[in-house]
Amino acid sequence: MSQPAHPARSAPPIIELSGVTRRFGPVVALDDVSLQIAPGELVGILGPNGAGKSTLLSLVSGQRKPDSGTVRLCGLDPRDAAARTSLGLTPQETGLPATLKVREVVDYIGGHYPDPVPTSELLEQFGLGELAGRQTGGMSGGQKRRLAVALALVGRPSVILLDEPTTGLDVNARQVLWQAIRDYHASGGTVLLTSHYLEEVQALAERVVVVDQGVVRADDTMDAILEQVGVRRVVLHSAGLAAPGAVEARFPQVTRVQVSGDRVELFTPDADGFVRELVVSGIDFHGLEVRGTTLEEAFEQMVAAPADRPALSPSGSPAVSPTGAPAVRPAPAPARGEQR
Amino acid sequence: MTTTQPRTLSTAHLTRLHLKYQFLETVRVPMAVFGNLLFPALSMFFFVVPQPYVADDPVASTMAVASLGLFAICSASLFTYGLGVAEDRALPFDPFLRSMPAGPAPRMLARVLNGGIFSLFGIVPLVLIGWLFTAATVTWAQLALGIVVLLVVSVPFVLLGMGIGYSLPAKAALPVVQLVLFPLAFAGGLFMPPQFFPDWLSVVSQATPTRAGRDLLVGALTGADVYAGAWPVLLGWTAFFAALTVWAYRRDEGRRFR
Repeated sequence: MSQPAHPARSAPPIIELSGVTRRFGPVVALDDVSLQIAPGELVGILGPNGAGKSTLLSLVSGQRKPDSGTVRLCGLDPRDAAARTSLGLTPQETGLPATLKVREVVDYIGGHYPDPVPTSELLEQFGLGELAGRQTGGMSGGQKRRLAVALALVGRPSVILLDEPTTGLDVNARQVLWQAIRDYHASGGTVLLTSHYLEEVQALAERVVVVDQGVVRADDTMDAILEQVGVRRVVLHSAGLAAPGAVEARFPQVTRVQVSGDRVELFTPDADGFVRELVVSGIDFHGLEVRGTTLEEAFEQMVAAPADRPALSPSGSPAVSPTGAPAVRPAPAPARGEQR
Repeated sequence: MTTTQPRTLSTAHLTRLHLKYQFLETVRVPMAVFGNLLFPALSMFFFVVPQPYVADDPVASTMAVASLGLFAICSASLFTYGLGVAEDRALPFDPFLRSMPAGPAPRMLARVLNGGIFSLFGIVPLVLIGWLFTAATVTWAQLALGIVVLLVVSVPFVLLGMGIGYSLPAKAALPVVQLVLFPLAFAGGLFMPPQFFPDWLSVVSQATPTRAGRDLLVGALTGADVYAGAWPVLLGWTAFFAALTVWAYRRDEGRRFR
């Protein structure tokens, strides 16, 4: 990939973590993490549950302080309330005060900022105008999520933190929110987004930071992250290849095989070469499918077995080369996102 | 981004904001409000109104109204703020509010002011019952002074409640509140007039915030003499509970798991 990993690296970072460590009792939630985010970036933080994503956001929003290292938001300590005038974030959907009306919650949060978006305008933008007079306890899950993202934007922030913004939403509701996030980003806003919903990060983020066990495993553009894995998944039906070891024996470029009945699923960094050899070999097959890996698979490969492979360096240069995809690979990702 | 130093809005503006929405959140749950009104009102009917030697004595019944009124305030403050803050902290909206561009002062001030407002609500039925069913009597000036003293006296209890709420999880806050409330109320003479206390308890009693508050309130309503240590004791506890609250708030980072 010729695209630079950090397009706006020359600008002073709007969020900066330097050597940040945070423990909870014996658990190291973040271990010497350094991260810089420039104004205008849309960064997705990916990691399994307990990887340290939420801890990272709580440090940036000033809710917690690091045990060591420094966190800066717009050049200031986020524990200083003044630094947070340019910060927007979402409450978790379950946390809205149930007895307050939608309009009141927006007024309440907007009232903390010097120049809030007018409440009716914001509610219209998120399609919540009709619900303005309803108590938040009576909203559906999707409506609450929309309100939560609207609250992140009410203060006209220059950076927003979104923690799992569309978890549990249906396709339409998710598209509406994604559009709102894209619009905000297009107007120059910086977005830091966490999700274990990989499709979401894949749909929105330009840059991906993979966090696992408190450490940054990878930090690069979306395309580069996908490229780092670089393997293609091939599915076909063939009685001739269903025997154990049959594929590996004939096709050395294949890194991993799973067989069930006559269905063969395999991963290879060189799908073109594999198909060419398959055709000339004369082996009978049908139902051939080839596609690139999803972020989900890339991600799984990065966090699956940290002991087996060196960590990818945070600077963006992959320590695992595209063709050197690990031979030991966990079971293929669940079907979520495969249709993309 | 601008190069000017960002600043939060004024504490007065933010306090008004939090006061308004904290108040709305509470009054939308009518039982929370009525519960606080009901207990002292029922106590008046059970323990004061049927006893002619209290109910027919203007001073004794005024003192009874003052004592139960103060108990209503202690209980409302400790439960609402001790348990309420502990429960709020466990909700995801609390860390969200803490991430707003505002320091802790506006929320705390708003809570104290709300404590005062709901204290006044709690007093209304007591005053009505005292006026209609007993010989309790006050002048308008005494009543006004009594209300001001009552609001001042409520401050240390709101602060104690918040100190407990920010220090402990909700499940621990509940027994602690009960452990604190009843001994304090008893030793402060809110259930039984302190004239009946043995000597040692009289001495202990005068060092409690409840006794200081009770005597100041009785003094304001009846013109009775108040012991000299009452103000220093009340203000001392207020300062101590304020320090406890600030300490607990700073140390709090939401829920903790070990």
